[in-house]
Amino acid sequence: MALPEVKQNATEARLATLSLPEAGCTRAAREAALARVREMGLPSRRDEYWKYTHPDTLVSPEATPAALFKSDEPMMFDGFDRLKIVFIDGVFIAEASDDLSLEGVSIDRLEDICCKDIHWAKELYGVLEARGQSPVERPLAALNTAFATDGVAIHVTGKPSKPISLIYRHASETSDAILHHIVRVESGAEVTILENGPAASRFNKCMEIDIADGGALHHVRAQGRDHQRRAATHMFTRLGKESVYKSFTLTVNGVLTRNEQVVELTGDDAIAHVAGACVGDGDFHHDDTVFITHDAVNCESRQVFKKVLRNGATGVFQGKILVKEGAQKTDGYQISQSLLLDDDSQFLAKPELEIYADDVACSHGSTSGAIDETALFYLRSRGVPVKDATNMLTLAFLAEAVDEIEDQSLAEDIVTRLEGWLARRG
Amino acid sequence: MAALDQTQVKEGVDQETVDAVREVGTYKYGWDTDIEMEYAPKGVNPDIVRLISEKNDEPEWMTEWRLAAFERWTQKEEPNWAMVHYPKIDFQDQYYYARPKSMEEKPKSLDEVDPKLLATYEKLGIPLKEQMILAGVEGAEDAPAEGRKVAVDAVFDSVSVGTTFQDELKRHGVIFCSISEAIREHPELVKKYLGSVVPVSDNFYATLNSAVFSDGSFVYVPPGVRCPMELSTYFRINAENTGQFERTLIIADKGSYVSYLEGCTAPQRDTAQLHAAVVEIIIEEDAEVKYSTVQNWFPGDENGKGGIYNFVTKRADCRGDRSKVMWTQVETGSAVTWKYPSCILRGNESQGEFYSIAITNNYQQADTGTKMVHLGKNTKSRIVSKGISAGKAQNTYRGLVSMHPKAKDSRNYTQCDSLLIGDKCGAHTVPYIEVKNNSSRVEHEATTSKVDDDQLFYCRQRGMDEEEAVALVVNGFCKDVLQALPMEFAMEAQQLVAISLEGSVG
Repeated sequence: MALPEVKQNATEARLATLSLPEAGCTRAAREAALARVREMGLPSRRDEYWKYTHPDTLVSPEATPAALFKSDEPMMFDGFDRLKIVFIDGVFIAEASDDLSLEGVSIDRLEDICCKDIHWAKELYGVLEARGQSPVERPLAALNTAFATDGVAIHVTGKPSKPISLIYRHASETSDAILHHIVRVESGAEVTILENGPAASRFNKCMEIDIADGGALHHVRAQGRDHQRRAATHMFTRLGKESVYKSFTLTVNGVLTRNEQVVELTGDDAIAHVAGACVGDGDFHHDDTVFITHDAVNCESRQVFKKVLRNGATGVFQGKILVKEGAQKTDGYQISQSLLLDDDSQFLAKPELEIYADDVACSHGSTSGAIDETALFYLRSRGVPVKDATNMLTLAFLAEAVDEIEDQSLAEDIVTRLEGWLARRG
Repeated sequence: MAALDQTQVKEGVDQETVDAVREVGTYKYGWDTDIEMEYAPKGVNPDIVRLISEKNDEPEWMTEWRLAAFERWTQKEEPNWAMVHYPKIDFQDQYYYARPKSMEEKPKSLDEVDPKLLATYEKLGIPLKEQMILAGVEGAEDAPAEGRKVAVDAVFDSVSVGTTFQDELKRHGVIFCSISEAIREHPELVKKYLGSVVPVSDNFYATLNSAVFSDGSFVYVPPGVRCPMELSTYFRINAENTGQFERTLIIADKGSYVSYLEGCTAPQRDTAQLHAAVVEIIIEEDAEVKYSTVQNWFPGDENGKGGIYNFVTKRADCRGDRSKVMWTQVETGSAVTWKYPSCILRGNESQGEFYSIAITNNYQQADTGTKMVHLGKNTKSRIVSKGISAGKAQNTYRGLVSMHPKAKDSRNYTQCDSLLIGDKCGAHTVPYIEVKNNSSRVEHEATTSKVDDDQLFYCRQRGMDEEEAVALVVNGFCKDVLQALPMEFAMEAQQLVAISLEGSVG
């Protein structure tokens, strides 16, 4: 079907500002992705999937400038022993990064891969993104596959001794970055990937993760700091038999953030947990869009999303559990909750279930409300000042999402950040 | 019930239960009435719209209203967002008006109505006699006679054949008649309220209905009046290839109360038939309306052939403070259902409730739910939806809960559960939740599961066969909703749950 003219024009206007980079073994995938973009058109506010988040500034030809955030506060995960890979405004900086060699994993830069004709990345680059375009279209991810200028390919074959940490720094007020990472976790291998930093004024990031039978990936991400930045991120994950994927995202600040997670459980007995905590203030708009497909027997999925909003902030949650025919014994759980700290903030949610198998237990819940007056009263009657009591209850509210992080020290670091945010804003 | 006939009834099983289950054949209302009909030519165009208006003896303003709606309809596109799939409907290959020849001269009283029509309703269990109780309702005899009267408006294809208890209702100031009669007799009320809740161009089907609606019921309850009996409309589609487009308008003035029941059936035919109704309810200050539906249109046969396409727009506007509306629906029929009875909670402290059971079997598809739009302060809403899927059916709950910035201290609770029987069917939940203030609380819960093996085992151990056991478990699953139904419907609904799932086990 032909695209509406407005949409087609907007798409072409954006495409006109981009050019296909040197592609090597990713050429075919990039060209196919570009064709997908032209076929789908970039999202507009009339699309059902963008009902609650206006994509205009994410698809406009030029990025809206964003001021840099000045702070003495150290970056997230600073004290942790990790392998650092640093990108500034979407460009890999070798001098700032660690040596990329580590036992149990091999890491290549996307730019290097694109000079080669043969690389394992060919089997993964753009593959999961393309699969993730159905039943719902994700044109920004296809745009990313076609035009990504940098990124890394991580091949995990063992159990690396420390986490791999992707650090995104923001240095130019007009930067417009497109990064694409691919991760392959081999059978029985296990890795932790950390991501943090504001990245760029406008950031389009896509990560494709393929976890083979018995593999495990822990993913902890923190987005924040620069308030005026905009980001659209996609995580596409495919899980094999008995594999594990656990992901947590912390978002503080950001005028617009859209995080899409597309998870496909294709092997029996696989486990996928996706969680997020976000705290927003003022002209903050945060959107978690999650799509989990169960296509194997006896799998477990869990979605836990918590949002604390105030001063007119907007939180969006669109979550879906799709259980395909034959995916019996599925255990699917989804919870999305918002805590509105004042009357101007809003929470918009669309938690969906689509189920074609009968022997399943799937449930979802969604709530929205203010701080519990009774709990507040209790704390005050024990001598806790209002501000502290509110912060305590807010942290308790977010705890269910933070608890999804298995590594205790990482979870503590996240809690410290949240406490800092609450104290500053209090 | 072939399976049941062969089953040796086990000791201890109540013979009555077995008989009851045996009696409820596949689709009990699948017969048709052989009666001479008068049709408008097939298709829809301004001439047909004028013709329908003329047949109903409508004033000029009504004809104009319809024509304007038709004009809007031609510019509208059929919605495709619902999770239902059906062959494209040819809107020009339908009859938009069909009435029994004998209704050409509107009968002055029920005594003059064609006996064949009366017999039809008799057979459906809805005798058009001013009797105290509905036939076949057990236990109703014990109820105080005064409280058990039910006035019936019977709609047969495109016309209303008669309305019972009109005189008694009139004494209380309640107007209960067909909408065509109301347009002639009470134009000021119709003009004021028609289209005020569901605007002419609300959606594709509502707009079509606005252009071609042929009949339906009209209720006006004056201030402070508690309607002395339950009001009901029974819709029957009889003619082939005919769409039924009824329009219901209910106005509950300040401090009044009315309970309204709606039932519907259609003969078993191979080709699908269209039904696109609009129901508008206006509730003023301190008034309360209860609207209960048992929708049992022909669902199509076990191979998915035929059945009614049910595209319905129902909306209640709680305009006054402390007004209250309660929708209860049991959806067991129709090949395709597209229906979202909604509540606009405009008045402060107004309340909306929605209780629904949707059962789909064979190739049925249902996409149903509600919208609760909270505009006033301290408004409350409650949604309880139970979806049951069997065979190759698809059942979707789709709903919206919206808390506007000004709807301070409002409350919503939503519970939607799905039950799957068999591994070829589907159950889906698509709720939209929009909260724009922080003093309101919104809670949504949904679960999907299958009929519990332990429960089935327990029932079978007590001597029930599998189908009975499933029916019992399912009835338990639906209990919250069944309890919200008026007694007349509760009995029928419980039986329907059993019938609809017949053949879905094993």
